Amino acid sequence: MPPLAVSRHRPTVRYGPAMQLPDGLVAVVKRECPTCVLVEPVLRELGVAVWCQDDADWFEHDDLELELSYRLGIETVPTLLRVEGGEETARVVGWSREQWEELTGRTGLGADLPEHRPGCGSLSVDPFRIDALEARYGGSGLSSRRLELAELEDEHEAMFDRGWTDGLPVVPPTPERVLRMLRGTTRDPQEIIAIVPPDLVECTVEKVAVNAVMAGCLPEHLPVVLAALEAACTEEFALHGLLATTYFSGPMIVVNGPIARRIGMNSGVNALGQGNRANATIGRALQLVVRNVGGGRPGEIDRATLGNPGKLTFCFAEREEGSPFAPLAADRGVPGDAVTLFAGSGVQPVVDQLSRTPESLARTFAACLRVNGHPKLPMAFDAVLVVSPEHGRVFREAGWDRARLVAELGTLLTLPSDELLRGADGMAEGIPERLAGIELPKFRPGGLLVVHAGGDAGLFSAIVGGWVSGDTGSAPVTREVRT
Amino acid sequence: MRTVLDPTGEQRTTERELLPRPASLRGRTVGLLDISKPRGDVFLDRLEELLTADGAVVRRYRKPTFTRTAPVDLRHEIGEQCEVVIEALAD
Repeated sequence: MPPLAVSRHRPTVRYGPAMQLPDGLVAVVKRECPTCVLVEPVLRELGVAVWCQDDADWFEHDDLELELSYRLGIETVPTLLRVEGGEETARVVGWSREQWEELTGRTGLGADLPEHRPGCGSLSVDPFRIDALEARYGGSGLSSRRLELAELEDEHEAMFDRGWTDGLPVVPPTPERVLRMLRGTTRDPQEIIAIVPPDLVECTVEKVAVNAVMAGCLPEHLPVVLAALEAACTEEFALHGLLATTYFSGPMIVVNGPIARRIGMNSGVNALGQGNRANATIGRALQLVVRNVGGGRPGEIDRATLGNPGKLTFCFAEREEGSPFAPLAADRGVPGDAVTLFAGSGVQPVVDQLSRTPESLARTFAACLRVNGHPKLPMAFDAVLVVSPEHGRVFREAGWDRARLVAELGTLLTLPSDELLRGADGMAEGIPERLAGIELPKFRPGGLLVVHAGGDAGLFSAIVGGWVSGDTGSAPVTREVRT
Repeated sequence: MRTVLDPTGEQRTTERELLPRPASLRGRTVGLLDISKPRGDVFLDRLEELLTADGAVVRRYRKPTFTRTAPVDLRHEIGEQCEVVIEALAD
């Protein structure tokens, strides 16, 4: 398991009216703890007001709900407190004759007890209970509206009924799960990280966490989801239009840096496919935020004619090891942990099992890239070329880096405009007559991205087409992943 | 009792009544908004002809790109200058 960031949001101890402590000596114990059993005669002799965590009948009070223990921040039992004017003024944990005598001002306590015995762990810090306690008593800082599901409601059907899912079941976002999710980041749950279209809603870290829970994310995935959302909601990514368009595209996420491996992302076999939790849920979480927070739902603002299966989730890591290229994000100015967002429209295979030189393979890539969107439409749509390891090896062994490959493809994809005119080659689609007699690049500058991913075997690469590109549409955006 | 947190933006939308439909466009100022999609202008040119023939005063507007929402200033301008607006989508 990767290390998780420790939450900065420690519960504050608050005494509600029901939790007013009596003045004098107060203790919290559990019967399961041998040290607590050991000190029982001392507690009774001192007339301590005792709350027991696991047995309602042992002492006068019980704390079976663990509210008092939680609010007092009890970590060890027994804990002995001195209370004056309703406020705690001293505390000792475990059994220590010296410390107990100092706290109580009495001498000769537990004469037949050993000098010292450590206590046991409090049930209120049990890892299996702490989330529920924090959710219930913690002043958790969660501000999302709480909905009580009716007894007879199936919790999964309830999520569908409320319109919160993408068509697949989601994990019900209970406060406990959301708190656990928020431990994946050090950012304040109430920090606004993006204005999410189409409704232009201010989206907090907490709302992202709620949707990340629903998507099935682990807490360590959350920083990547946050970075992806930040990138998606930039002006240049044009998420509103991307969502609303009749075109196929949706946000695709490419992850770079050590975080990809640390959180278990897949950059290898079936990298663009199913079966990896991090890949699947991070991409899904972003789409659920767009749906639920932004209000972007298919058939409403989302007018896609056909859409594509990647609109459920489309997220993978670059295979940095053995790559002929520098990490994509580093090449785009963001070294280390980063996401690159692209308006991906689907996957088009590139087959070349015979090329063994970079020149030949580049020509294959160019031929396949030319049809991106339409073979007669230049500079209309960006693309991501996903180069597999077996194809990548050809470039690595020849010493071609990304810039070299992109430059070669630029040369190969400089097209005579006469071939692209409306009506040319018997096709009405194309560019206006006024552009006749010149040469045009298939891709605008910066409109062709190259990524290395995939399993060891297979002389196949892939093209992920984009959407309307550049200033008039969407430009790829790279952002650092912060914890 | 199971509790879940609301994953939505928790927006409360204000409902506004539609303005009554004008009985006639004669003498009214009608804005035509071109969203910059291919051949949207063909459609709007024809509309302008028809509206002008019906006695409407036509003003033409254009979004910089169909991929983004209309700039605030443009929306304000249309609101100030027009009584009726027709937005032409393409595809």
